[in-house]
Amino acid sequence: METKAFQKVYTKIDNITKATVGLRATGVGNDELATVGGRLAQVVKLSGELVTLQVFAGTEGIATNSEVVFLGAPPKLNVSDDLAGRFFNAYGEPLEGGSQLDGEAREIGGPTVNPFKRKQPSELIATGIAGIDLNNTIVSGQKIPFFADPDQPYNQVMANVALRAKADKIILGGMGMTNDDFLYFKHVFENAGALDRIVSFVNTTDNPPVERLLVPDMALTAAEYFAADKGEKVLVLLTDMTLYADALAIVSNRMDQIPSKDSMPGSLYSDLAKIYEKAVQLPNGGSITIIAVTTLSGGDITHAVPDNTGYITEGQLFLRNDSDTGKVIVDPFRSLSRLKQLVIGEKTREDHPQVMNAAVRLYADAANAKTKLENGFDLSDYDQRTLKFAKDYSEKLLAIDVNIDIESMLDTAWGLFSKYFSKSEVAIKVNLVDKYWPEA
Amino acid sequence: MKTTGKVSGIISNIVIVKVDGPVGQNEICLVHLGDVQMMAEVIKVVGDKAYVQVFDSTRGLKIGDNVDFEGHMLEATLAPGILTRSYDGLQNDLEKMDGLFIQRGTRTEPVDYDKKWSFTPLAKVGDKVTAGDWLGEVPEYWITHKIMVPFIMEGEYIVESVAPAGDYTVKEIVAVVKDSDGNKYDITMVQKWAVKRTIRAFKEKPRPFKVMETGVRAIDTFNPLAEGGTGFIPGPFGAGKTVLQHAISKQADADIIIFVACGERANEVVEVFTEFPHLDDPRTGHKLMERTTIICNTSNMPVAAREASVYTGMTIGEYYRAMGLKVLILADSTSRWAQALREMSNRLEELPGQDAFPMDLSAIISNFYARAGLVYLNNGETGSVTFLGTVSPAGGNLKEPVTESTKKAARCFYALAQGRADSKRYPAIDPLDSYSKYLEYPEIREYLDTRMEKGWSDLVGKGKTLVQRGKEAYEQINILGDDGVPMEYHDRFWKGELIDFVILQQDAFDSIDANCPIERQKYMYLFILEICDKKFSFSDAEVCSTFYKGLINLFKQMNYAEWQSEAFDQYRVDIDQYIATKESKNKED
Repeated sequence: METKAFQKVYTKIDNITKATVGLRATGVGNDELATVGGRLAQVVKLSGELVTLQVFAGTEGIATNSEVVFLGAPPKLNVSDDLAGRFFNAYGEPLEGGSQLDGEAREIGGPTVNPFKRKQPSELIATGIAGIDLNNTIVSGQKIPFFADPDQPYNQVMANVALRAKADKIILGGMGMTNDDFLYFKHVFENAGALDRIVSFVNTTDNPPVERLLVPDMALTAAEYFAADKGEKVLVLLTDMTLYADALAIVSNRMDQIPSKDSMPGSLYSDLAKIYEKAVQLPNGGSITIIAVTTLSGGDITHAVPDNTGYITEGQLFLRNDSDTGKVIVDPFRSLSRLKQLVIGEKTREDHPQVMNAAVRLYADAANAKTKLENGFDLSDYDQRTLKFAKDYSEKLLAIDVNIDIESMLDTAWGLFSKYFSKSEVAIKVNLVDKYWPEA
Repeated sequence: MKTTGKVSGIISNIVIVKVDGPVGQNEICLVHLGDVQMMAEVIKVVGDKAYVQVFDSTRGLKIGDNVDFEGHMLEATLAPGILTRSYDGLQNDLEKMDGLFIQRGTRTEPVDYDKKWSFTPLAKVGDKVTAGDWLGEVPEYWITHKIMVPFIMEGEYIVESVAPAGDYTVKEIVAVVKDSDGNKYDITMVQKWAVKRTIRAFKEKPRPFKVMETGVRAIDTFNPLAEGGTGFIPGPFGAGKTVLQHAISKQADADIIIFVACGERANEVVEVFTEFPHLDDPRTGHKLMERTTIICNTSNMPVAAREASVYTGMTIGEYYRAMGLKVLILADSTSRWAQALREMSNRLEELPGQDAFPMDLSAIISNFYARAGLVYLNNGETGSVTFLGTVSPAGGNLKEPVTESTKKAARCFYALAQGRADSKRYPAIDPLDSYSKYLEYPEIREYLDTRMEKGWSDLVGKGKTLVQRGKEAYEQINILGDDGVPMEYHDRFWKGELIDFVILQQDAFDSIDANCPIERQKYMYLFILEICDKKFSFSDAEVCSTFYKGLINLFKQMNYAEWQSEAFDQYRVDIDQYIATKESKNKED
């Protein structure tokens, strides 16, 4: 970044830690950006004349006489329609060359939408995956993460969801993404001919971890531009929020803050909420839907990151390997979409809520039968049938490689019901059974 | 002269201000950032340095920026016109704000200063009055809003004059009172009160002796909440805290509902904004919104204002209580408030307690819950504030500081169990872990004897024992297998299930079942106990489960049928028939 005439330049740094530098300076604003020896930094603490700067890329090689230039403003992103189809780093600078962006410079991490001005989310987002559309329907304006172990194909699922959802813009915020995954996303979007709808802000594992902290705010500032200014339906993909939280922990540790649960900062809830709550249905028809990834450690959802996330987001999609079918499925028990009530049976076919519940209940009966079998007890005829049903249900509906529309999902479920059960065992309202029960 | 100061340090939303005069703990000040004035509260003073927490983002604030101290603590504005409004944590009216985004330093008036209210005097010239006494009244929707001697006025006064009946704005003088030294004070319809102080304008605070009915069977029948009592709902995410609180806010037998959305999801508040104006209050036929005030400080709004929001809600509740009304305050979730305290304490570099929460967390929570209660006002009328908070325990572990501190303070405990939520047994209130201390109060037992039936509290105990025995039988069956236990164990297990399915479980999304009036609860509970007293014999476990499944199905249909409708009565007949058939068959065998 070039030095401009009015900018203040300092060359005497008082103290240096791994992530911060301290110096005496005046007229500096809180959260303001600066460069330290050419690296981007942000003001994190002011005490009299002593200014503490967090250097995003770390302080390796910074000397006490390195040049510090204050830029007079917090981090900004130039927003315009030209964002579409471009790839940026965490600072909002174009990757792989390309021209700098023109457009209005907007502060990232800006103000909150007045809750009174929000609209109730009501538009269904179809993904073709029955584990989502049938059991955990996603609605525009919703925020929902995938809870997955690191070995599961969450990025692939997310890319599929993004491409099938009828969004006007897809904004990818990659944090600590491997370069391979980054290239994967790029190729998938390219092959689908969807590049003109995509904006990406990516911090790969090659980049310093602290830079990640800028990525969600960058992505959501771009999202707010398209949703609020242009009235577009925007889908924001954030992967992986656990790595984002790790970066928060690093910074808070270096700032000598007292850690709370799992070495995470005490403000973790507020920090995550600030990001997820940007999901919104706006009165102008624009919306921001956030689909994120929170990687788990051995499926443990009581860890501070998934736990705080669960309290903030409107449900979670839980990926699990199903040993019976050898496929990755969306776990019907531990997954939840809190907003599905707003659309199922209203925007979808009338039998949707009942079919969904009946199938999950029968699947639960199968789980009980399985336990019974493992404990060495005899299975009844009903138990046997639930087990067969569960295998089919898992393969034809829960597996993440399913891609059909919601009506077909419902018809498939009715088909399985009639194949294995009597009408009374399925226990769905009589008028729906009369209408949808497949005739033999 | 007002104290002023200059910014001398900034750490996130904590600002250190060098002051030129006296400052008070919790005093409010305005921090100037260009044209914007941001509210802040003093939380620590060291020499001439005041540490203030800013209720907004401090981005761009500089050393040397000006600060003005206001000479008072954070105050709520109390006047007619609070009902139906939606405030942020500092009582700014959200509806009056311009623009889609909340800009920093935005302030809007909590009440309408131009609107005229139809005033009727109650006090007469020469009356002796003290703080909280009623001078007159105005209709606010369907409630009678009392105009009181302001709570800050200490001692006794004589009424010098009262305005005649007529239309007045809140700022017009409606009465003049005189103290013993002959000083006169003008009284209007609006007063202010520091939110962190308890309003004590009442004669006496007895032990609660009535029950607040919520229409939720697992609460009213099994663990009733007292009017003027306190309770809390801890539960992991996805256990249904919010659905339960929404149900209570719609159905509770209260005059006023104050809904504090404290650090939770904005879309949940939007649901209240969207639904309440259209829903009718089943008891009065008025719109639900007309008895509701929303304090909304969602998770992405400033953290410091989140802490203020629960106090603002409580103060408004105490204000309406002083009018002799039944107020229910719901706060979702008090854990977020505790987390706000933690963030502050952390930035002040205080020595932390467990899980980095401040050491005095438990005391703060107890003091807050103690503000609820049923009171006898000076004129002998009763008013009450019932408080029900949710707690979001980290990792669903109830042994964390917020849950444990709240357990010491609140008298009712409604534990939401993950296991129940997973098997879709809603509301997921655990029947055995949950408790209501009020069931032990002689006052409440007496009340239930007349409201419900003689010996009701013992009947509740009996039901709990049946559920307990059912659970124990289930564990035995699981270990020993269906045929490894006596047949009686299966019967016990299914009687527990019968109570669970018919009484404890309730469909919050069904228009009839969602709200179960107390008479209906009594009827159903006695009916179920009657069946549980019967002895059935079964040839094997399969027959037993088929019998009870059939019975549960009939009862479920009965729960879905309108109270005392033809269909309802028919199900009663069907169930009696079903039981009689089984009994006669048993005799034949």
